[in-house]
Amino acid sequence: MSKTDLTRRGLLKTSAIAGAGVALPTIFTASSAAAFTNEPTGDTVTLGFNVPQSGPYADEGADELRAYELAVEHLNGGGDGGMMNTFSSKVLEGAGILGKKVEYVTGDTQTKADAARASAKSMIEKDGAVMITGGSSSGVAVAVQALCQEAGVIFMAGLTHSNDTTGKDRKANGFRHFFNSYMSGAALAPVLANAYGTDRKAYHLTADYNWGYTTEEAVRASTEAMGWETVAAVKTPLTQTDFSSYIAPVLQSGADTLILNHYGGNMVNSLTNAVQFGLRDKQVNGKDFQIVVPLYSRLMAKGAGANVKGIFGSTNWHWSLQDEGSKAFVKSFGTKYGFPPSQAAHTCYVQAMLYADAVQRAGSFAPCAVAEALEGFEFDGMGNGKTLYRADDHQCFKDVLVVKGKENPESEFDLLEIVEVTPVDQVTYAPDHPQMGGAEASLGECNDGA
Amino acid sequence: MEAIILQVLNGLDKGSAYALIALGLTLIFGTLGVVNFAHGALFMIGAFCAVTLSRILTLSRTVVDETQTDFLGNPLEVQVPYVYDWFGQATGDAIIDWAVPLSILFAIPVMMLIGVIMERGLIKHFYNRPHADQILVTFGLAIVLQEIIKFYYGANPIPTPAPDAFRGSLDFGAMMGLDPNVVIYPYWRIIYFAFAAVIIGAVFAFLQFTTFGMVVRAGMADRETVQLLGINIDRRFTIMFGLAAAVAGLAGVMYTPINSPNYHMGMDFLVLSFVVVVVGGMGSLPGAVLAGFLLGILESFASMREVLEILPGINQIIIYLVAIIILLTRPRGLMGRKGVMED
Repeated sequence: MSKTDLTRRGLLKTSAIAGAGVALPTIFTASSAAAFTNEPTGDTVTLGFNVPQSGPYADEGADELRAYELAVEHLNGGGDGGMMNTFSSKVLEGAGILGKKVEYVTGDTQTKADAARASAKSMIEKDGAVMITGGSSSGVAVAVQALCQEAGVIFMAGLTHSNDTTGKDRKANGFRHFFNSYMSGAALAPVLANAYGTDRKAYHLTADYNWGYTTEEAVRASTEAMGWETVAAVKTPLTQTDFSSYIAPVLQSGADTLILNHYGGNMVNSLTNAVQFGLRDKQVNGKDFQIVVPLYSRLMAKGAGANVKGIFGSTNWHWSLQDEGSKAFVKSFGTKYGFPPSQAAHTCYVQAMLYADAVQRAGSFAPCAVAEALEGFEFDGMGNGKTLYRADDHQCFKDVLVVKGKENPESEFDLLEIVEVTPVDQVTYAPDHPQMGGAEASLGECNDGA
Repeated sequence: MEAIILQVLNGLDKGSAYALIALGLTLIFGTLGVVNFAHGALFMIGAFCAVTLSRILTLSRTVVDETQTDFLGNPLEVQVPYVYDWFGQATGDAIIDWAVPLSILFAIPVMMLIGVIMERGLIKHFYNRPHADQILVTFGLAIVLQEIIKFYYGANPIPTPAPDAFRGSLDFGAMMGLDPNVVIYPYWRIIYFAFAAVIIGAVFAFLQFTTFGMVVRAGMADRETVQLLGINIDRRFTIMFGLAAAVAGLAGVMYTPINSPNYHMGMDFLVLSFVVVVVGGMGSLPGAVLAGFLLGILESFASMREVLEILPGINQIIIYLVAIIILLTRPRGLMGRKGVMED
């Protein structure tokens, strides 16, 4: 039988020592304790990669995830360093972020706003993610951005092209590196006018959701300013697979150009149907009939096969670019995975790097400190030339690529050729531009969370 | 006038796909009494038979070409299809070009086998279960099949073009004395319609004019009496399931040049095909075909710009709207038989 000598004095002493012990960490970290959501306290920091791992954009999501894994490897000092070597900011040294090893968790957006919010919420609340990034749809980006704003974490958008992400739905905690519908329209219109003339009659087929509307609006405004006339604009259901009944009447309308404001499976099917109908072999108004796809993606172009040949569009980045940053990224990604990265992979890698760099420069993971470091940040060496993260709307401003489906591809990746690198000045707009939500659009207050 | 002709043509090819899938669904429902929600997946697997055969035909050996470089600057690895080695480049190219029509021969045995395995392995255990159980298990099966295809072929659509000879379109307008370039229709869609008509005709002829078909029809009408006559109706129904799978598979094979196949193409068609079956009348083969074409044409008309300007969004609901009206006025569908699904 054991005997315990518990005295009042002994109990007080023990309690005092234990209390001091428990209080010690908070005493030394009092200045930043629980100052913001998911403040990393150990020697690691967790990032949340929210990408489509199932659903129709799963391949694009898989490429985003590859890019993030590569970025984490580079941030932790592994691999060849990729674009960290060409990045104009030199604060990242391959020793994690602020000395903390980078770890990550992943979520599946399923390309559905509610599923994406649920996976982001889970990564923030259960896994302690201090930043959420990724995605392949504007609907998802707008929804997750709003969630991150409420939760007090930074959102670094993945592939999202709708004006609204940094337009009427902009948020203080959200940042977009990818270009947008306005920029596509502004970059494409002069190239189209140059190639097809200023006297054209355009027929728009537009996917019936947020991104489709902003893209149609942007391309219409830019082409009409060049002298084109818009004959008709027809909305097509997002779930449509066979576009024949929408394409068949195009020639009857007197239009000589078809603009497909479609992305993903919609784009693959509508373009394939349009080419099947022989539109490109026809002559209308004494001109060759033409088709335009405002937003191109190499992964989608692959789905449309030979139908993309000679068709103009725009893209955020392409692996064939010959600047040092792009070459370093393609080498790094290609060596690891055996094929060149997509534009989705590129923008996600860059976003991860930009976040890490901003934290490093701010000296803190606090969202408002990071946001301040990103606002107005000018950089180079990340594949798009000189780039500005504009403070007013958290949109990156950089050159835009106008591309064309390649006539004689040399490999399965060689589907698009760069026709023009449109200088950033030509695609820059005022933060209160009507297409971006006008004067009412506001970032709101930055939220540090807890 | 031109617009109406165009939309009728459009409706015919869309209706062909609905009719072919609905025909298979009705065959299975009529014979086995099973509501098969995995039927769309069979359509999708048929399409992937074409993808698979075109991959088999392009199986290649790798030759390193030192004169060219890949995207990393390494010597380029050029893929030379084995069919070039066996038949020469010109014949090899022609064989690869004709991958989709050749897939018909490939898909028939594969789809029949898949159908028989599905029926023997899973569906037969649900013959005497409620329709709700059948729907749940076949829907689950559809998701499993879809995910298997996604695992092996990825989520992106895979281009599977028609042979060069069938690219381009026919100028109907010019043929009928109208303005050229106004009523045009792609050759492959015309072929798809003709193919569907042949398949539908062949299935009806098989059921109508062969002894096998007669027994199956008798089994559809009164299963117990046919069994009492000492006929093994189960084996015939298994073969019918295989046949229905082959019909769905062939519809999928021929559809690949129209839209690049992807793993969820079956689901896109499934719901509409069920509406077609219900509108046509559960268990009625002619009803399924008639409703397939009818709804296909209606959907095409509802997508016209002139219609959309008056009734925005009608293109998304027209089929369901018509289905409601038909079911309210004719509860058994257009050609439904008394007693089917009414117990």
